[in-house]
Amino acid sequence: MTFVRLFGQFVRGSARLVLRGNGAYWAWLGFLAILIASGGLAYARQVSEGLGITAMRDQVSWGFYIGNFTFLVGVAAAAVVLVIPAYIYDWKPIREIVIYGELLAVSAIIMCLLFVLVDIGRPDRFWHLLPPAGRLNFPQSVLAWDVLVLNIYFVINFVVVTHILYRAFDGRHYDKRIVVPLVLLSIPMAVGIHTVTAFLFNGLAARPFWNASILAPQFLASAFCSGPAILLIVLQLLRRFTRFEIQDEAISKIAELMAYAMFLNLFLHGAEAFKEFYSNTEHALYTRYWFFGLGTHTTLVAYAWLAVGLNVLAFGLFIVPAARRNWVLLNVGCLATYAGCYIDKGMGLIIPGLTPDTLGEIYEYTPSLVELRVAAGVFALGFLIFTLMLKVAVPITLGEFHGDGSPKHPPALPARVPAAGH
Amino acid sequence: MEANGRRSGVTRRQFTTSAAAAAAGFVLTACGPKRLHEMSKDRLKRLIADMERKYAEQFGIAVHVADTPAMPGVEFAYALDISRCVGCRRCVYACVEENNQSRDPQVHWIRVFSMEKGKGVDFTEADPYYQPKEVPEEGHFYVPVACQQCRNAPCTKVCPTGATWTDADGIVVIDYDWCIGCRYCMAACPYGARHFNWSEPTIPKAQLNVNTHYLGNRPRPKGVVEKCTFCIQRTRNGRYPACVEVCPVGARKFGNLLDPESEIRYIIEHKRVMVLKEDLNTLPKFFYFYAT
Repeated sequence: MTFVRLFGQFVRGSARLVLRGNGAYWAWLGFLAILIASGGLAYARQVSEGLGITAMRDQVSWGFYIGNFTFLVGVAAAAVVLVIPAYIYDWKPIREIVIYGELLAVSAIIMCLLFVLVDIGRPDRFWHLLPPAGRLNFPQSVLAWDVLVLNIYFVINFVVVTHILYRAFDGRHYDKRIVVPLVLLSIPMAVGIHTVTAFLFNGLAARPFWNASILAPQFLASAFCSGPAILLIVLQLLRRFTRFEIQDEAISKIAELMAYAMFLNLFLHGAEAFKEFYSNTEHALYTRYWFFGLGTHTTLVAYAWLAVGLNVLAFGLFIVPAARRNWVLLNVGCLATYAGCYIDKGMGLIIPGLTPDTLGEIYEYTPSLVELRVAAGVFALGFLIFTLMLKVAVPITLGEFHGDGSPKHPPALPARVPAAGH
Repeated sequence: MEANGRRSGVTRRQFTTSAAAAAAGFVLTACGPKRLHEMSKDRLKRLIADMERKYAEQFGIAVHVADTPAMPGVEFAYALDISRCVGCRRCVYACVEENNQSRDPQVHWIRVFSMEKGKGVDFTEADPYYQPKEVPEEGHFYVPVACQQCRNAPCTKVCPTGATWTDADGIVVIDYDWCIGCRYCMAACPYGARHFNWSEPTIPKAQLNVNTHYLGNRPRPKGVVEKCTFCIQRTRNGRYPACVEVCPVGARKFGNLLDPESEIRYIIEHKRVMVLKEDLNTLPKFFYFYAT
């Protein structure tokens, strides 16, 4: 079969798949569409009036957008948690679901790039970052490094999933000579994107809260908690709503890995807190602002302790094997991990890093409504992309959607076929 | 098709050739120098003429944009006598007027901190919003802070597009046409010296300083970063910065570090000078001293 014909079939078939779904599917898409529209309108206002309609100011010059960017880089990097056991230890139960981790990584990177785009003052000059038309200050600027590694990571994951899905659609097995090296490369790249993103903050001596060498390892540890937390929920949804089979063993294994990552995350946080509070130099100011507030400035204190509580709760749940196998507790653990890491790495990293500012001024930042709407829009767009990709990818991997003619079965997502295994 | 081509007066060959030429031109331009200071003299002149035209339209008066390069054998430095400063903030507003900072929202390149005697230079205890009836206040002293023009500048290092750099005379400048407004430089600056145009800057037409420099005080658009340039439009023509001229107590000193006879060299060699946040190794060319 010629490539063009097959590709035509793929496009038509995919369109048919994503346009067919039950009430819940359309309600979900409608919900995302509303958030995207609201975010788009808010962003249009931000472009015309300037970033002044956000709560950011010279004192706190980065806020909610960069916090979300940082968190999502972690989510993107976390696909590797699944890739390592799947390809290196050839652990079959996880291997089947690696592709969904990679789809999540692709969606997360798109969200990352969008969060950078909505944060910059001159989005019309985004191309200044893209040589040869632009000019990348490489290797001096860590942001230049970040642009590079994020794009490379995006391309690797995109090529791997497209190749695997395209071959499956064509009824063939993927080409090991292409997939295995790329997957192996994606492991150091995943560590790389998160390390470089940590270095982005880490390298700034002006901000003692970030200028701690524990930052990169702590970033990785928290990423390896939050990324799989999202994935575990997605996998359970897939299992619930499609005929896709995911073994309990795989889910329990991922939860176990998350317990170790969460332990490391808490340990590294503890090590940093010890150093700050015991040595009690003037650099402890920022950590104190996060956990205890400074004078009357206590906006973040509740969030700080909530994050600690959620992370400890998640660790407690994942470390006990019986709790991991209890579906309610497992999902409570996932949500706690997600929320804990999100607070920790969004607000908890950016805001205390910049408060008080370099000349001691305290400007208490809380995101404005415009920022919340734009951020919700970016998340919705990312989830929309992820949903549509899943809508096509699941039937392909189930062998229901393939190249020789129209799909044999109707799209799988709305099908109420009880999944095996539970 | 041929008939159509003839009727419109453009043959296919002509169309193809000019399209290819336009594409090649675009690619060459795109791959060529990006930042204003790297461009050929001719192209810079053309772009500056465009700027002047645009500003004239915007403000309704003629605006001059200079492209005066750094003078050879000159490296500028600044010294501020903390024992003389009375905290009157005349420098702050002279700077605003000279350098066309936005009046609404307010942008101040110089910030003056009121500090308590006995606590020393401690920014965590300092107050930039002091509003007494009279200055100096009893028991207080003042530390004005603007760009420290670091030799080892963290801001230029982190800029992802290279839109900010240290020019030959040591002035850290910004190309407002190349800055993407990512504000990484603001996170990197230990002195709060960089300011972002959060909204469209507004300057009343009557207050616009029409003598500008393309790397200095020309009006800025919203969404880019700006900062003190040692009054590049003045100092490259042998004048003092506006803040030095306006200071009523003579606390501000400025000159050429490479000239052994300059006042700045005298101060560095004879007074006890210090720099802010010395431990960060930024090597500022802005010194503080106590003359009395």
